[in-house]
Amino acid sequence: MSEVTVNTTSNAPKRMTRARLALAKPGFLLGCAIIGISTLLALFPQVFAPYDPNFIDYLAVRQPPSWAHPFGTDSLGRDAFSRVIHAYSVNMQMAVLATVFALVIGVVVGALVGYYRGIADMIFGRVVDAVITFPFLVLVIAVVAVLGPGLINMYIAITMVGWVYYARLMRAEVIAQMGNDYAAAGLVMGYSDRRIIFRHLLPNAITPVVIYWMTDMALAILLGSSLGYLGLGAQPPQAEWGVLIAEGRNFITTAWWLSLMPGIAIVLTGLGFSLIGDGLADLLRPRG
Amino acid sequence: MASIQYILKRLALMVPTFFLVMVIIFLLVRFLPGDPATAIAGDRASDADLAAIRDRLGLNEPMWVQFWLFLTNTLQGDLGRSILMRTEVVDVIFDRLPTTAFLTLYAVGLSIAIAGPLAFVAALNRGRWPDNLIRTVFQVGLSMPVFYIGLVLLTFLGAQLRWFPVGGYGEGFWSHMYHLFLPSVTVALYTSAIIMRNLRSAIIEVLDAEYVQFARAKGLPDRLILGRHVLRNALISTVTLLGLSIGNLMSGTLVTETVFAVPGLGRLMLEAIFARDYPLIQGLTLTFAVLVSLVFLLTDLFQSSLDPRMRLS
Repeated sequence: MSEVTVNTTSNAPKRMTRARLALAKPGFLLGCAIIGISTLLALFPQVFAPYDPNFIDYLAVRQPPSWAHPFGTDSLGRDAFSRVIHAYSVNMQMAVLATVFALVIGVVVGALVGYYRGIADMIFGRVVDAVITFPFLVLVIAVVAVLGPGLINMYIAITMVGWVYYARLMRAEVIAQMGNDYAAAGLVMGYSDRRIIFRHLLPNAITPVVIYWMTDMALAILLGSSLGYLGLGAQPPQAEWGVLIAEGRNFITTAWWLSLMPGIAIVLTGLGFSLIGDGLADLLRPRG
Repeated sequence: MASIQYILKRLALMVPTFFLVMVIIFLLVRFLPGDPATAIAGDRASDADLAAIRDRLGLNEPMWVQFWLFLTNTLQGDLGRSILMRTEVVDVIFDRLPTTAFLTLYAVGLSIAIAGPLAFVAALNRGRWPDNLIRTVFQVGLSMPVFYIGLVLLTFLGAQLRWFPVGGYGEGFWSHMYHLFLPSVTVALYTSAIIMRNLRSAIIEVLDAEYVQFARAKGLPDRLILGRHVLRNALISTVTLLGLSIGNLMSGTLVTETVFAVPGLGRLMLEAIFARDYPLIQGLTLTFAVLVSLVFLLTDLFQSSLDPRMRLS
């Protein structure tokens, strides 16, 4: 135990400099700012949106951007700005709900098959091979076809396919960590498998998974809005960026701003998550 | 060249994988809501007709018999009849396959043309403004959904400026090239972002390698070093990456075909899903899986024939 304490103290200053290094990177800071603001918008859309996103005004249909309607109005006279703001709730929720269950399942399965190997690991290997043989979107769309379109079913579909990628990453990392002395020490000390896996191996093996998670959140927003655009994700009249772009598509030559603005929101949020991912990669990865 | 033995080993490994692929597709389609017999015969079919169809499709047999039927039929090239198209699924797929293949290869060619030179410029100017500019632009590109890139190109270059057609496939090779230009650029902008990142770091890695420094010390001209060592190594890693990201490429193609109304497999897949055409969904999912694993195999063979290190492992 005493050795562990010594290690922590000697590690602390190094970690501080690393944190300072990451904070000094403008990209990482920008990413944090974007995601911070996006989270605020997602949590309190009614504070920032001037109108009810579903309020229909037939007297103000497809108006160009103005002071009263910064992004104009759509074909039903709804305020486009308020709809983009309210969509933050749905799309930010997507980034979390489409990834977090895949993350948890993947980490547990990956850690277990990586630790025990044997027959379960062999079956797992075949499952991974089979799942990566499908294009991700094709499999997700096929699952959505089975369950029916809609947000909840979309989350289930993405989770059913996505956990494999987390598990594959986690398995490889656990196997690599088991080559270290501390894992052997745990075995010699007679610790239970559960303690070695979850208290010792998991905290050391999880770094690449967390970095991948950030990228995956950006991908989840891209995927979710693509499915919304195709009519398989969120359903109108719900305000979701993909749905909004699809709604504006029919008026793209006369009212192009209807589709342009939700797209910019997607790009910004996606960029925010990938910048944080890159920053975390620098922060958490052992220096080489 | 990769040895026959190696190829056979790779093919043998594909057998259990494909067995699982078939299981996944079988289970997916069995869980589709609605009765397949009703979907085929229509809502107004009589009970006797429905029973006859169920009998013909083997839907009254136990699950494992149904799976066996599905497996043996598929191996014999029989994927059933499409409800939507009213013809054999195999015929529909082979009818649309060339379009998707054309679009995919076109996009691969364009993305190499875009990413290749830019990666060299970025790598040779590492840390200076051209490098930063190129990397920022591609980072933004990676955050853009494919359908959005497509829609922007379609609106401005297609509908507004009328430089390119806004949909369709055309007749003959050059017409295909013209009609599929915008869709290919759409897919390529996304793919080139992935390639550029990888190619840039591959070039930098090779430039820093000892054998390149040795070649420099030997007094070889830079042009020769770039062509002989850097290009060859960068090419291997790019082709490998392209091969491994074929799934992403296909996903992008699927969405792009929908945006530009290109009559390929991707658009067919969405039509099949909205029509609940389960034999077609089944056939298409299988086709995508076969295409991806073929590309994986080719990538592997290409890599092992170019990189002697791969043959040893």
